[in-house]
Amino acid sequence: MDDMSAIVFEQADRLFKQHISKDVLSAAEGGTWPSALWEAVADAGLPLALVPEGAGGVGLQAADVAQLIRRTAYYSVPLPLAETMIANRLWTDGGGDVLSGSVTLAPVNPRDHLIIEQSRDGVVLRGTVHHVPWGGQTDTVLVFARDGDGKGFLALVQSHQVLVNGRRRNVAYEPRAELQFDLALPPGNVRPAPKYLQANGLMAFGAAIRAQQMIGGMERCLDHALTYANERVQFGRPIGKFQAIQHMLAVAAGHFAAACAAVDALSESERLADDEFTVAIAKARCGEAAGQVAAACHQAHGAMGFTQEHPLHFASRRLWAWRDEWGAETYWQEKIGRLICAKGGEGFWPFLADPRPLTG
Amino acid sequence: MRAFRFESLVLPPEADAMRRKVRAFLENERAQRYAAHRSSWSTFDPEFSRRAAAAGFVGMTWPKQYGGGEHSNLERFVVTEEMLAAGAPSGAHWIADRQSGPQILKHGSERARGLILPRIAAGECYFGIGMSEPDSGSDLAAVRTKADRVEGGWLINGAKIWTSNAHRVHYLIVLARSEPPSENRHAGLSQFIVDTSSEGIEIRPIHNLSGGHEFNEVFFRNCFVPDDMMIGKPGEGWARVTGELAFERAGPDRFMSDIRLLVELINQIGAEPTERQAIEIGRLVSHFAALRRMSSSIAGLLERGESPATEAALVKDVGTAFERELPEIVRKLLPVEASLDDPDEYSQALAHVLLHAPSFTLRGGTPEILRGMIARGLGLR
Repeated sequence: MDDMSAIVFEQADRLFKQHISKDVLSAAEGGTWPSALWEAVADAGLPLALVPEGAGGVGLQAADVAQLIRRTAYYSVPLPLAETMIANRLWTDGGGDVLSGSVTLAPVNPRDHLIIEQSRDGVVLRGTVHHVPWGGQTDTVLVFARDGDGKGFLALVQSHQVLVNGRRRNVAYEPRAELQFDLALPPGNVRPAPKYLQANGLMAFGAAIRAQQMIGGMERCLDHALTYANERVQFGRPIGKFQAIQHMLAVAAGHFAAACAAVDALSESERLADDEFTVAIAKARCGEAAGQVAAACHQAHGAMGFTQEHPLHFASRRLWAWRDEWGAETYWQEKIGRLICAKGGEGFWPFLADPRPLTG
Repeated sequence: MRAFRFESLVLPPEADAMRRKVRAFLENERAQRYAAHRSSWSTFDPEFSRRAAAAGFVGMTWPKQYGGGEHSNLERFVVTEEMLAAGAPSGAHWIADRQSGPQILKHGSERARGLILPRIAAGECYFGIGMSEPDSGSDLAAVRTKADRVEGGWLINGAKIWTSNAHRVHYLIVLARSEPPSENRHAGLSQFIVDTSSEGIEIRPIHNLSGGHEFNEVFFRNCFVPDDMMIGKPGEGWARVTGELAFERAGPDRFMSDIRLLVELINQIGAEPTERQAIEIGRLVSHFAALRRMSSSIAGLLERGESPATEAALVKDVGTAFERELPEIVRKLLPVEASLDDPDEYSQALAHVLLHAPSFTLRGGTPEILRGMIARGLGLR
């Protein structure tokens, strides 16, 4: 980590500690956009962290941005900050200018597709997408759409132009909305998508975001559980002194360590999601670990962890939500399995062990 | 949660070059000399070990003056991986190369280094682990084998058990009590390099579930060990054993013992798996890929001279859980009756793994012991 990153981390940690409280989190869960928090995050330049300096961004290394995303998740920051960071990078990679304000991404679901057509008046965008993070609440939505020939485009849509059909919450009470698009776009808002998005759209990028976030969320759950196990006395001693509790948390720590190892691999690519196979490994391994870690940490807390009094649920409910978004474990496992089977038994090891060029 | 150091590690170009080199060697060996599904890192084959050593794949990180190659731990790491992936019969030199040699290099006397290391690096000198005893098991502090001071050395008396390959290795590293037991159970232990051809050693076979003879019980009756065959100083045994176990626990042998079964499963399923087969294989591969990164990260710590005891315990616990699960998933995805003598390689590989699997979570420390260590690392003990 260089000096610049150290400053950014220190600043971000201080900012999150200062602005995130139980009240802020609860208000956000009630549907209130935390504007003071967003202002602070934006003033710190965090939305542009992954954009190279030449393109008007902060130009942090991917590994540092990964750590930043983990920290936002550690503090349960109730904002689409990671989505905004990635959206800015994708849009500037496509030749656009950095975006002001908050941005979310769509579609986020493997079943959803958006269509782009040339019409007399310009470009028209059509389709419905589900479960969009903070859909309708961000300033803009960056969408991936295909034209009749299957060519991919990125389009920038102002949120007020979008029809918000359903406002829903995931199990973490984060806003997730169904958005309907049927509008004409000015030419400057549509650009051919960068090459690395042509095959699978935004899925890998969203999955990479959630994998990084799950690391931060698991770390927070384990911190809560270890603190509680050392404080809570039963049968005359802290429950952390009981072998059964120690072993349960040791197994959880093993899942966490394996998940970290899988997700760390993403930091080796420039945009955190350049190699879909690596993303698939990370999201699959991390999603599985997240469920195990959340379960063990809740068990360690007893009934207290099942209440809204204790802050554990801010982290654990996010883990349950994030493991299912942008493709749950089985979605990515199946992709890995099909790829590996296509390589054949003897091709399996070289494919895993040998360096290979990143897509895009 | 800052308890563990698993730093991201990108293998340097010389490691990739080494990978190509060892792969070429192994392809040639496999074509001519061994069947991958019938051997593993525990298959004892001195001829293979000599050839691997001649090609530079044993004692890789040691100084040239002791016959080593002065390569990095990361280059050694890829060679270990490739040996395992190819199912190479590396059992003769494995223990000597993985832990005994490094122990002697770091803590042995100059005479022990000069006498032993070049022979290990030449693939001609093999080692066994003399830690467990009847009634001690995982409780190593309870060892009762005694070492009594005599003129010029020590007399060893006692018994060791589960000693792999004691009947065909040249040396055992024996943990013994060199001072009477005290309140500190970890004090007063020492490690000795014992020549298996010494007077006063008796070796009795114990057969394992697959019918193989690997294990032994070893009895020592007034077995003399010269002073300069002690490892470290008298009473340092506990620290030495703990350090040695980190080498034993962190390597890819802790999750690749039955990797040929996964290869065979992928072959049997073919290029177009069902949804369920694809999902299960994808899950196994995601676990495996994470383990590889954990293990390579430890190779990086070793390269920097650090002693990653807790991290090694994590790799072994997570790794052997994977190893134990693999045959269970394999038999659900592709039902075949396992048989050790079936000409079908899949049936044979499955039988071999089923009969060896119980040992995966025993050798090098049980999950129960490892989880205690991890809990200590987490600040719970």
